[in-house]
Amino acid sequence: MAASLQSAVFLSNRIDPHRRLFASPARSLPGTKGSILVVRSDGRISGRLSGRNLITNAVAVECCFTKADTPTSSTDSKPGHELLLFEALREGLEEEMDRDPRVCVMGEDVGHYGGSYKVTKGLAPKYGDLRVLDTPIAENSFTGMGIGAAMTGLRPVIEGMNMGFLLLAYNQISNNCGMLHYTSGGQFKIPVVIRGPGGVGRQLGAEHSQRLESYFQSIPGLQMVACSTPYNAKGLMKAAIRSDNPVVLFEHVLLYNLKERIPDEEYVLCLEEAEMVRPGEHVTILTYSRMRYHVMQAAKTLVNKGYDPEVIDIRSLKPFDLYTIGNSVKKTHRVLIVEECMRTGGIGSSLRAAIIDNFWDYLDAPIMCLSSQDVPTPYAGTLEEWTVVQPAQIVAAVEQLCQ
Amino acid sequence: MSTFSAVKILSPPLFAARSSSPFLASPFAPPLSRSGLRSTRLPLPPLAVSSDVISGQNPIASDSSTSRHAEVSREEALVLYEDMVLGRVLEDMCAQMYYRGKMFGFVHLYNGQEAVSTGFIKLLEARDSVVSTYRDHVHAVSKGVPARAVLAELFGKTTGCCRGQGGSMHMFSSTHNLLGGFAFIGEGIPVATGAAFSSKYRHEVLKESNPNGLDVTVAFFGDGTCNNGQFFECLNMAQLWKLPIVFVVENNLWAIGMSHIRATSDPEIWKKGPAFGMPGHHVDGMDVLKVREVAMEAIERARRGDGPTLVECQTYRFRGHSLADPDELRKPDEKAHYAARDPITALKKYILEKNLATEWELKAIVTKIDEVIEDAVEFADSSPFPPRSQLLENVFADPKGFGIGPDGKYRCEDPKFTEGTAQV
Repeated sequence: MAASLQSAVFLSNRIDPHRRLFASPARSLPGTKGSILVVRSDGRISGRLSGRNLITNAVAVECCFTKADTPTSSTDSKPGHELLLFEALREGLEEEMDRDPRVCVMGEDVGHYGGSYKVTKGLAPKYGDLRVLDTPIAENSFTGMGIGAAMTGLRPVIEGMNMGFLLLAYNQISNNCGMLHYTSGGQFKIPVVIRGPGGVGRQLGAEHSQRLESYFQSIPGLQMVACSTPYNAKGLMKAAIRSDNPVVLFEHVLLYNLKERIPDEEYVLCLEEAEMVRPGEHVTILTYSRMRYHVMQAAKTLVNKGYDPEVIDIRSLKPFDLYTIGNSVKKTHRVLIVEECMRTGGIGSSLRAAIIDNFWDYLDAPIMCLSSQDVPTPYAGTLEEWTVVQPAQIVAAVEQLCQ
Repeated sequence: MSTFSAVKILSPPLFAARSSSPFLASPFAPPLSRSGLRSTRLPLPPLAVSSDVISGQNPIASDSSTSRHAEVSREEALVLYEDMVLGRVLEDMCAQMYYRGKMFGFVHLYNGQEAVSTGFIKLLEARDSVVSTYRDHVHAVSKGVPARAVLAELFGKTTGCCRGQGGSMHMFSSTHNLLGGFAFIGEGIPVATGAAFSSKYRHEVLKESNPNGLDVTVAFFGDGTCNNGQFFECLNMAQLWKLPIVFVVENNLWAIGMSHIRATSDPEIWKKGPAFGMPGHHVDGMDVLKVREVAMEAIERARRGDGPTLVECQTYRFRGHSLADPDELRKPDEKAHYAARDPITALKKYILEKNLATEWELKAIVTKIDEVIEDAVEFADSSPFPPRSQLLENVFADPKGFGIGPDGKYRCEDPKFTEGTAQV
């Protein structure tokens, strides 16, 4: 991989797969400051920063989540700092709390304990016990409390210690979070962020390994995003907090220790956009969260076998970024969806439907969807491994799709 | 300091006089062995835990005669009377309009319970919030939402307070700080707790303070809700953080067809306040002046920052649970007993006895309210229904939430969105 860092590079439409672009909030942010880079994810640059040196981002972890890639020389002249994903979340949260005093956090053990995954560590001593509120174990009620606070001017970030616990808050999330803006005729907005770790971990057992994105996706009025790298975790956290819509931010238990170098400058990502991870020509692989890493691991094998997969991290689970996805489908004509959700009623099934509705004419093969088995996640390690999609299955699926 | 450190076991006559609870030696309890169980379980007089607040009160305050509360001025009395009449005439008109096919769905009327709404809400300032349930029409008008907006909302017109999108069970008003209108019971209590949290946050973190004290939130809900988890969870949190909130239980003894006694192990709801460390009051909810007196104290307490109060108002709804309820389970003598204690009639009697106003003046108020409601009906009738273009508005506060379409533009920029014909 060459030292890819150049000065004054305006990127062409051909995107070097080894470069990472800053995705942009270009259209969205009213308060975009001069220091925020505004590059669209397809390489277009919106006016204000032309003439500035465009410095591409660092290498992110692209392989198995257990080891971080050593930063290559391309990062040498790039400032920026290295951190772990949970630290990136915290950094985003802290920046937003500094910026707007109405942003507050509530959840179990977020304050003195610093968060069960350390996302809120250090915030309570800095901001006080009211701004980083340790709640009793009453998900439905403290989620509702967050909603009431949001209606009356605050911007709470509600943490579910594990996403699965938010099943207890489903009443409030569906009825009030999702619908209240509509039933009140637009009088009250609910700018909450509901976040927490979900997904299959390391033998955590069935109830702690749930993927709630499939349950929440039908709720009208709700936006859902899933982060997968420190870079997009921080950017999505900030975007979610600034959004006036209720946003559910899905994190993954196994991704919290991912390391990446992220920019020093402030940046906010677009909540509705997908992320191009690896451009390619043969097949479009749509994925999100932890499965991104299984896909990238499979991609290495596929490249060795002569395939050229295009990998897109859809990031926005609701709504789907039909533009990025559509452009990809139009190019490759073959789609594989890899997700950690259950097969039935999962994000993959909705995505499949959306692609068929919009891009049927461009497909050369049926859309394949690899999801977790419709099985409560077993405790035993071997069984657990078989419920989740593994890289070998992805390789086999691509081979089948590309016949 | 522990609320329980000053437990007083009240002597028999005082306690019996204090509580007008029908559960104790009630003639209306169903003639099943359960009532036999109750009277042996709770010996007369019952040992009751009461908070310092109650035990500190003048014991004669427990007497239920009408003369036994703080005096009220003429202006205040007329405000209360007018507000209760407004609530009653509105609800009667709702029933009429429903049977004429002007409104549909579930409509829950408040007839008979006006004393609770008026007693509390007329003490609030504009900056205070009210959270209600599906029985929210009268809370809305008491808080200041124009009757026109309420009726238009009930008719499903675009001029309604929620643009016709909420309906009977979802009355909201950001101008008047009415935070809903909730269809599921118990759902509004956490929202109210959040509003109170917001009030405390604004004061302590944002350093915005009002010389008169904190913004107060009043949450209204029924007896059935008091068996729901959200109720208990919020009592805990409100007291834990001393939030400026008043929890008002409108105990009308029935949750649709479920009698409160059949649903609740300990039917005395006010006692659940001290269990969480906050004062629990029990008050005769058919007497607006008594409600007002207790409300004054609870609201002041919240405003000072001393925390929440639980107030159980013993009240009754003259009509069924909703207009679809045949109301067959409630006994005629129970209904007659409460009909004889109509809060509006009682207040009228009080006003005339105390010479605060003449009969003629009170009639004039009723006529005026009749006109207001008739005007509201006309307004609602002549208002337009929501156009198709309204369908997709207000789903998201930020319509970018509909996402990016295949053409790269945000879907909300598609003209079909403003027309309301796009498929989401």
